[in-house]
Amino acid sequence: MKKQTKNNLITYAIVIAAYIILEILMLTGNLSSHMKGLLVPMTYYAIIAVALNLCVGILGELSIGHCGFMCIGAFTSAFFSRATSESLPAAPRFIIALLIGIASAALFGFLIGIPVLRLKGDYLAIVTLAFGEIIKNVINAFYVGIDAKGLHFSMKSAMELNMDGGDTIVNGAMGITGTPHDANFTIGIVLLLISLFVVQNLVNSRDGRAIMAIRDNYIAAEATGINVTSYKMMAFTISAAIAGAAGVLFSHNITTLTASSQYFGYNASIMILVYVVLGGIGNIRGSVIAACILYLLPELLRGFSTYRMLIYSIVLIVMMIVNWSPKVIEWRKRTFGRIGAGRRKAA
Amino acid sequence: MSFLTYLINGLSLGSIYAIIALGYTMVYGIAKMLNFAHGDFIMVGCYIIFSVSAALSGNSVVGIIVAIILCTLLGVTTEFVAYRPLRGAASPLAVLITAIGVSYLLENIALLIYGADIKSFSSVVKWEGLSFADGQLKIQGVTIVTIVVSVVILVVLQLFINKTRQGQAMLAASEDKGAATLMGINVNRTIALTFAIGSSLAAVAGALLCSAYPSLSPYTGAMPGIKAFVAAVLGGIGSIPGAMIGGLVLGIVEILSKTYISSQLADAIVFGILVVVLLVKPTGILGKQIQEKV
Amino acid sequence: MALLDVNNLCISFGGLRAVDNFNITIEKGELYGLIGPNGAGKTTVFNLLTGVYKPNEGIIRLDGEDITRKSTIEINHAGIARTFQNIRLFKNMSVLDNVKVGLAERYKYSSIEGILHLGKYKKIEKEMDDEAERLLKVFDLDGEIETNASNLPYGKQRKLEIARAMATNPKLLLLDEPAAGMNPNETGELMDTIALVRKEFDMTILLIEHDMKLVSGICEKLTVLNFGRVLCQGETRQVLADPEVITAYLGE
Repeated sequence: MKKQTKNNLITYAIVIAAYIILEILMLTGNLSSHMKGLLVPMTYYAIIAVALNLCVGILGELSIGHCGFMCIGAFTSAFFSRATSESLPAAPRFIIALLIGIASAALFGFLIGIPVLRLKGDYLAIVTLAFGEIIKNVINAFYVGIDAKGLHFSMKSAMELNMDGGDTIVNGAMGITGTPHDANFTIGIVLLLISLFVVQNLVNSRDGRAIMAIRDNYIAAEATGINVTSYKMMAFTISAAIAGAAGVLFSHNITTLTASSQYFGYNASIMILVYVVLGGIGNIRGSVIAACILYLLPELLRGFSTYRMLIYSIVLIVMMIVNWSPKVIEWRKRTFGRIGAGRRKAA
Repeated sequence: MSFLTYLINGLSLGSIYAIIALGYTMVYGIAKMLNFAHGDFIMVGCYIIFSVSAALSGNSVVGIIVAIILCTLLGVTTEFVAYRPLRGAASPLAVLITAIGVSYLLENIALLIYGADIKSFSSVVKWEGLSFADGQLKIQGVTIVTIVVSVVILVVLQLFINKTRQGQAMLAASEDKGAATLMGINVNRTIALTFAIGSSLAAVAGALLCSAYPSLSPYTGAMPGIKAFVAAVLGGIGSIPGAMIGGLVLGIVEILSKTYISSQLADAIVFGILVVVLLVKPTGILGKQIQEKV
Repeated sequence: MALLDVNNLCISFGGLRAVDNFNITIEKGELYGLIGPNGAGKTTVFNLLTGVYKPNEGIIRLDGEDITRKSTIEINHAGIARTFQNIRLFKNMSVLDNVKVGLAERYKYSSIEGILHLGKYKKIEKEMDDEAERLLKVFDLDGEIETNASNLPYGKQRKLEIARAMATNPKLLLLDEPAAGMNPNETGELMDTIALVRKEFDMTILLIEHDMKLVSGICEKLTVLNFGRVLCQGETRQVLADPEVITAYLGE
């Protein structure tokens, strides 16, 4: 078996093993209700970490607005589920909501990618941040209602919807209330496995190699006949779509969905970046493990949560310097030989 | 009359953005890195003024001086410890991610020391301001001081860069580090000096920002910092007059859209400008084109 | 018909004529050298030929097809592959994957098949692996297919860059100072490799070189560039004996 294939299987095995252990703990009543509440968030953070690693580690472009795509996925899917909560049974409703969430996030990823991917490095990062904030702010000022005459939109207030009775679904900064709780841990794990499948297979395909070639040297990639723009778009769109799937899980796991900074602002996006960096840039499995551990630790260790961001930020700085500083790399090569050389692992 | 008031408020906010943007643009111009933590230097400066003023029962002048000194030290130390080791790293993302780490670190240190609750900051400008047309048009003292200070800073910086050896060294290092080194310029020291200037300006900007908007929290600097970067990009990164123009445009747009369109959407409009500028003229209003050598 | 036919190529950068009235005709199967002192515009010629820069004037024809203002990607697809003076490998990818990137234009399956690893995926990937390994064998790199490109020794990195270029199945191969930074041993080995590429693939090659030993040893024809202009052109022996060339290289 090829090294890559084996590596991929190990990743799936770890996820499935963790799932089985947690399910057993749950069935035998060994999981506190607090812990149970953390399981679905853990899966959507792992999923968005995989999505961001596709963007940062495989495509090599830093996005600090990925929670914006999660926000799109969350709101579009919640809108659908909320609007059809009485007319459709849970299973088909969730599947359609999931597809809507993924498709909308992918569409926004594509549209935003057109201007963003023309830029490089820091500019790209700051524009993704800008788009993330724009998405959040616009949704906060967005009102959608439904009545006998159909859909009503407003950017001012719920009153401006001019509805005849009817139902205000998206209520500006108050968001969407009453989305059915269609998500659960099993669905989260399945979506995580699918995301892993898509990203890991992509990396080991023609398209994935082209994407990584662009990351490593776009001038050489062009000279080798690779269409840099379209492959960048492809990776960015897939990454946004996966982030959208995380959003669908998010919105179908809470009662009131608001486009708050806590979940969808750039700080939240940076938190995901911390997961990716600490798990290893370009290391997909690492992202999943880091996201789960770093999400659970502060939730489980009360004392730790005060210091967690402080510790994460120090670890982030130290990791970057240890892994990327030319002087440190040279020193490590001298001391430990080639093995310790800092390099990105491809999944 | 009210439009005029808003315009002047916009100018004042824009002047603060401009002072912050100067720090970004100088650092970006020479070290070719986005110092994501620059906005947090502002917050650090504010807390220093806040603490020193409290200790000296309201004497903010000493507070400002201490803040400028400490922020300068903070900037130089950050550059030395966190950014310098990553100069020449294989990926340009490395130093940006590190800068994000520094930003987080500063915010969380502030959080541990001062807590998350918002402190009310007493203005460093005690002057009431001016009143025109029988009190219909009032301009606050802090507004006037802010605008004047930013103009003074701009003029002094321009003179420094164009007339002094250190300033010329900065220009040379921003053009070509290798060639500058060959000409006997100590590039590392020049970059450190740039950080020192940028960070001291952040302290000044912090004093003015918190005087105009007197609520201080660990996240006070983050959003103004990002908007100032937008201003620097808008004006053309690396250009000092560009940062000034970009800052003013951004401040005015923000205040006017808050007033006349929607306070919810003001930030979206500000960031929308960034996107449009980068699409239409990626080098900004006064920036110049750089092409990678093949 | 000549394989590469360049006529009156000109480009200016801010008033400086970096390349002025450059002409060259390369017949199929030739090994052609482009030499000249530092800053003569050799790499600029390569960048013009590969579409990195667009010329102000002139026409570039490859196998009769006008490729003058096409993009780098289109020019690669038309049949020009190149290497770079400062090696540009896909550093964090394996030796095998570097070559497979070059093969991608000839071995295709859809993105969906790629993501699902279904349909033609397995068959085409196998074919790519075989082809890449065959190619790497020619360059004596088949023992290191799993190695990360950045961990190869310098001489092998140069070889891998040539192998990757060859993977795109070019009509014309451009080598930008392939011997730069090599010791005499490595240079000798490189000369053998270039000779081998020519024989094995019947390849037409244009190379930029400083190393006179290499140039006189393997090139049949030379063009000497000085200050962006063609100083001398023709058979290697005649060119190297030309007094103007000697002056340009050795000074007055």
